[in-house]
Amino acid sequence: MSVPIAWYLLLAAALFAIGTAGALSRRNGITIFLAIELMLSAVNLALVAWAREVGARTGDLAAGLSGQLVVFFVLAVAAAEAAVGLALFIAVYRNRRTIDVDRLNLMRW
Amino acid sequence: MTAELLGTAAKMGLWLVALLSVVPIMVWVERRGSALIQDRRGPNRVGPLGLFQALADAAKFLFKEDIVPAAADRPLYLLAPVLALVPALTTFVVIPFGPDVEVGGRTVRLIVANADTGVLLLLALASLGVYSLVMAGYSSNNKYSLLGSVRASAQMISYELALTLSVVAVLVPVGSLRLDDVVRAQQGGLLDWHVFPQAIGFLVFVVAAFAETNRLPFDLPEAESELVGGYHTEYSSMKFALFFMGEYMSMTTLSALGATLYLGGWHLPGIPFPDHWLGAALTGFGILMAKVAAFMLFFVWVRWSFPRFRFDQLMRLGWKVLLPLALLNLVLVAALTVGGWL
Amino acid sequence: METAVFALFAALALVSALVVVLHRNPVYSVMSLVVTLVSLAVLFVLLGAPFLAALQVLVYAGAILVLFLFVLMLLNVERDEGAAGGRWGQRVGALAGALLFGGLLAVLAWGGQVARALPAPGPGDVGLVALARELFTTYLLPFEIVGLLLLAAVIAATVLARKPGEEGR
Repeated sequence: MSVPIAWYLLLAAALFAIGTAGALSRRNGITIFLAIELMLSAVNLALVAWAREVGARTGDLAAGLSGQLVVFFVLAVAAAEAAVGLALFIAVYRNRRTIDVDRLNLMRW
Repeated sequence: MTAELLGTAAKMGLWLVALLSVVPIMVWVERRGSALIQDRRGPNRVGPLGLFQALADAAKFLFKEDIVPAAADRPLYLLAPVLALVPALTTFVVIPFGPDVEVGGRTVRLIVANADTGVLLLLALASLGVYSLVMAGYSSNNKYSLLGSVRASAQMISYELALTLSVVAVLVPVGSLRLDDVVRAQQGGLLDWHVFPQAIGFLVFVVAAFAETNRLPFDLPEAESELVGGYHTEYSSMKFALFFMGEYMSMTTLSALGATLYLGGWHLPGIPFPDHWLGAALTGFGILMAKVAAFMLFFVWVRWSFPRFRFDQLMRLGWKVLLPLALLNLVLVAALTVGGWL
Repeated sequence: METAVFALFAALALVSALVVVLHRNPVYSVMSLVVTLVSLAVLFVLLGAPFLAALQVLVYAGAILVLFLFVLMLLNVERDEGAAGGRWGQRVGALAGALLFGGLLAVLAWGGQVARALPAPGPGDVGLVALARELFTTYLLPFEIVGLLLLAAVIAATVLARKPGEEGR
């Protein structure tokens, strides 16, 4: 009846891998950013799945709660990260008229 | 299991009928109301007092040519009007509309989903409404539409903060996210309604609700004097009608939320609800709808009384007036709750 | 029932995640990430975390991604961009993704032996009250720090996004 936790972890692994591939291979800064958000969400899924598993298995509710609260903090940090990251892109775009990461090479010798 | 499903279906059916019938009624109220305020007659030819005007309008929508601009981003363009209905047709599930009743020997709670997360779920679903506007504006490939959707995204995020904070302030003395408990907390006399201790919060809620539903004086995303038609410039026929319906339905659910949070919900002091009486369902729903109707009339009244804000004024109001007010209200309410006065 | 819901939303999450990474138009990427996040929220409900599900939709889908869209429209980014470093970049990226997935799979298969041996978990729903109590007692300090971090981020974003030389009013 109940879905085994391994399936959730499998899904999380697949999403994380997709996010990694995207973050490494795209050129548009915002798409890279989105891929990173995808990776964060994959980690969140794994955390929630483990939280449930640990909480149910040990019968210790607090153990399960910790996992969920870490996800809560990840959400908050992701919000902060998105705000600063997007502001950076706006600043970069204003100077260079592009957010193509391949062309942001002023620092290269 | 089956009985439960049937009950849920019946409750959802009641809401759907109410939400769908709101649209034609509001079309008539809006047109006649604007005429009243502007000292005109308004539509009065179709049926007595122009009551069937809404039907005529609907028929007109159906027979208009359905245009998809050649340069439009088709998938998003077609999806946007459908999404306009999603928040309106999902958020009502957590709003209670009557006391417990007994049907065939089992107690039925008059709320579609009495989830632990209650009002948080409502806010989450409502926050998805902005995508419809942004998609419509972006996919139309028209500069006015794009400007409309840029405005929509900025406006909706800004006012969501104030709206959420004012809602949170109501939940503090109640101590629960369930709207069911919120109504129960207001079941004493008239003075138990949250609108009295939390007048500031109520004010913030109402103003933010206007901004969230894109009604005048905050209808910047479609401001016709500067943006032609804003995000729905390129839409015609039934697709436009869907945006139109979405707007009225969102008004209805937000009004129902406001009535539940601040005006006692389905409860009215002086009207007794005998335990487990089946008619209580309809009475409660009727009272809630009456309060919603009062809210909606206020929406119409304000629309035809105030001029539109400028965008910088809108942002200043949201961030520099409403947000601090909402925070102040939250701190006040929290302090009073801890002190035991609420 | 639960399996069907899981299968449906897991598939939806995977497909939309692929669209996020593969679509050339960043607006589509944002929209499909919304779909991914909402599907994950449904899975959170299945896992007995309705609070996180609501929060995920409210914060992620309702606010953060709208911000992304706002910036995309503000910058009017050209849509056709292709992969970083041309074809090579794409290959390296795909390879890295595949390798990572393989690695995670191996770890799972290895650790999965342990998980499979244990009994299936019962209903592990945790109430909102318990969650809140834990958050405001054990995790009070992290909570306050996150609040500070958000404040810092707000200030940083305002400073960064302001036009250079523009005086604040």
